[in-house]
Amino acid sequence: MTPVIEVTGLTKRYGGKAVVDGISFHVEPGEIFGILGPNGAGKTTAVECLEGLRRRDAGQVRILGLDPKTGGHRLHQRIGVQLQETRLQDRLKVREALELYASFYPDPADWRELLDRWGLAGKASTSFSKLSGGQKQRLFIALALVGNPEVVFLDELTAGLDPGARRATWDLIAQVRDSGVTVVLVSHFMDEVEELCDRVAILERGRIAALDTPAGLVDSAGGEYRMRFRPMAPLQERSLTALPGVTAVGRHGAHVTVTGTGDFASAVTAELARRQVAVADLRIEGRSLDSAYVALTGRTMDT
Amino acid sequence: MTGFGRLALVEGKLFVREKAALIGVFGLPVALVIGFGLIPGFSDPQKGLSDQIGTEYIAALGVAIVLASLGLTGVPMVLGQYRERGVLRRLGVTPVRPLTLLLADLTVWAAAAVLSVAVVIAVVRIAFHVPAPVRSGWFILAVGLGIASLFATGLLAAAVAPTARSAAGIGWLLFFPNMFLAGIYFPTEEMSSTMRQVGNFTPLGSALHAIRDSWMGIDPRPEYLGIMAAWALVAGALAARFFRWDQA
Repeated sequence: MTPVIEVTGLTKRYGGKAVVDGISFHVEPGEIFGILGPNGAGKTTAVECLEGLRRRDAGQVRILGLDPKTGGHRLHQRIGVQLQETRLQDRLKVREALELYASFYPDPADWRELLDRWGLAGKASTSFSKLSGGQKQRLFIALALVGNPEVVFLDELTAGLDPGARRATWDLIAQVRDSGVTVVLVSHFMDEVEELCDRVAILERGRIAALDTPAGLVDSAGGEYRMRFRPMAPLQERSLTALPGVTAVGRHGAHVTVTGTGDFASAVTAELARRQVAVADLRIEGRSLDSAYVALTGRTMDT
Repeated sequence: MTGFGRLALVEGKLFVREKAALIGVFGLPVALVIGFGLIPGFSDPQKGLSDQIGTEYIAALGVAIVLASLGLTGVPMVLGQYRERGVLRRLGVTPVRPLTLLLADLTVWAAAAVLSVAVVIAVVRIAFHVPAPVRSGWFILAVGLGIASLFATGLLAAAVAPTARSAAGIGWLLFFPNMFLAGIYFPTEEMSSTMRQVGNFTPLGSALHAIRDSWMGIDPRPEYLGIMAAWALVAGALAARFFRWDQA
C-alpha cells in the first residue's frame, strides 16, 4: 500500500536554528500515528509543515500524494485539522460553526450527527465564548472531522478534557480510525499514545529519537523493572540476590525492593514460596511507555 | 453559496449581535443629528460653517465619524483579535483562505457604513427637511473613497500590530488625532490655516470636506479625492505587504 504520508528530511529553521531537523517517517492508511515529545521538541512545527500552515526549509513532504507547499487547496479539501490553542469568534454558535465549516468542503459529513457524537447536541445554540474548555475542545475535534477527511491531524487531542471525557474521546478516535481515516496524533501524554497509536515517533530537539509501535518502544528500551513487597516473616535479602535476573535487592523500612530483568519476578516469588515467606503489598512496576521514554531519551517528559 | 458568501453572512450576523458596534454605527450618528437638529435655528445656513445648514453639517459629521470609527478602530480591533485567537490560522487549513474572511469582514463593515449613511440621510430629510446630498455622484464617490482610505489605514494598523491589544491601541491612537484634525471637535473654519492644511492631508479630513461639499451642491476639490485615493492605495499596499495571518 502507498503510504498516506511520506516525510523525508523535513527541516524547519527559525533564525538559523533548526526547530525540526531532518525528520523522516511515513504513515500507512488507517494508522493512528503518534508524535510524542516534550514541549519545544518541534512536534507542532513539524505537523504544521505537513498541514501547509508553515513552509518547510528543506526535505520532501507528500500527503495523499500532494505537496502541501503547492497543492494546499486540494490538500485542504481532503484533510481535517485540530490546532492547538485556537479560538473561534465569541458570538459564533456551535451549530453555525459546524454548518459554516461543512460548507467549505466538497463532500462534508452530516454536522448534526457530529454534534450528537461529540456530545454537543444540547449546546447547538450556545455561543463559542459560553462553552466550557472541554466543550470547545470537542467542537474543534468535530470541526476537524466535518469535511469527511481522509487524514486527520489532532494536536493535543485531549487538552482541557476531564479523565472521563478523555477516555470517551479515545474511543471515538478509535472509531474514526476504524472507519478508514488515517490519524496523526500529536501528544505529550504517554497514556494517550500508548492507548491509541499503532506507531509512535518520539521527537526530541527536532529529531526522531525513536520510532516504533508502543510495545516495540517498550521492548527496545529494555532495562530493568522493579517489584516491591512487604515480607510477613524474616527474610534474608541475600537469598534473593543470587536468583537469576535479579540485579539489586534493597530494603526500605518494612518493604523489600527487587530490581531485575527478564523473568526475575517468577524466580523471586518461587523462592519466597519455597521459604514459606508470605508477602503483603506486592507490586510489580510494569514497564510502560513512560519508563521506555525515559530510557530512550534519557530524561522525563517534564524537563 | 461560495465560501465568501457564507463567511460574509456569518460575519454579518456576528456584527448584528455586537450591540456596541450597532450603537456606534447607527445609534450615535442618528442621536447626533437629532440632538443638534432640535436646537432652534440650527436648520438655517450657519455663517461659521461656510453657510452650510447646521443640521446638514452635523449629518456630514455623523457620516465621517461612522467611517472613522469603523475603519480606524473596528478594523484593527477585530482583525487583530481574529489573528491572535487563531481564527485566521484555523481557516488556513481549510479549502477557504483566511484572506476570504478578511474580505468578507471588510465587505460587511463597508455595507454597514453605507447603510448607516443611508439612515442618516433619511433621518435628517424626514425630521428636519434637509435635502439629500445634491451632488449625489460626487457624494457616493466621496463616501466610497472615505471607506477605502480609512479601512486601508485600519488594515495597516492591524498588519503591523503584534497583538490584538496593540492593534486596538494603534486604532485609537489614529482615531483621536484624525477626528481632531479633520474638524470633528470644532469646524475647520475655526482652525489656523496650517492646521487646516495638515487636516486636509488626513484621510478623514479630506473625506469630511468632500462629503460636506457634495452634500451642499459643490463639486468637491479634486485634491480631497486624490488624497483619499492615495491613502487607500499606499496604506492598502503596505497592509498587503506586511499583514501577518499568524500570531508570532
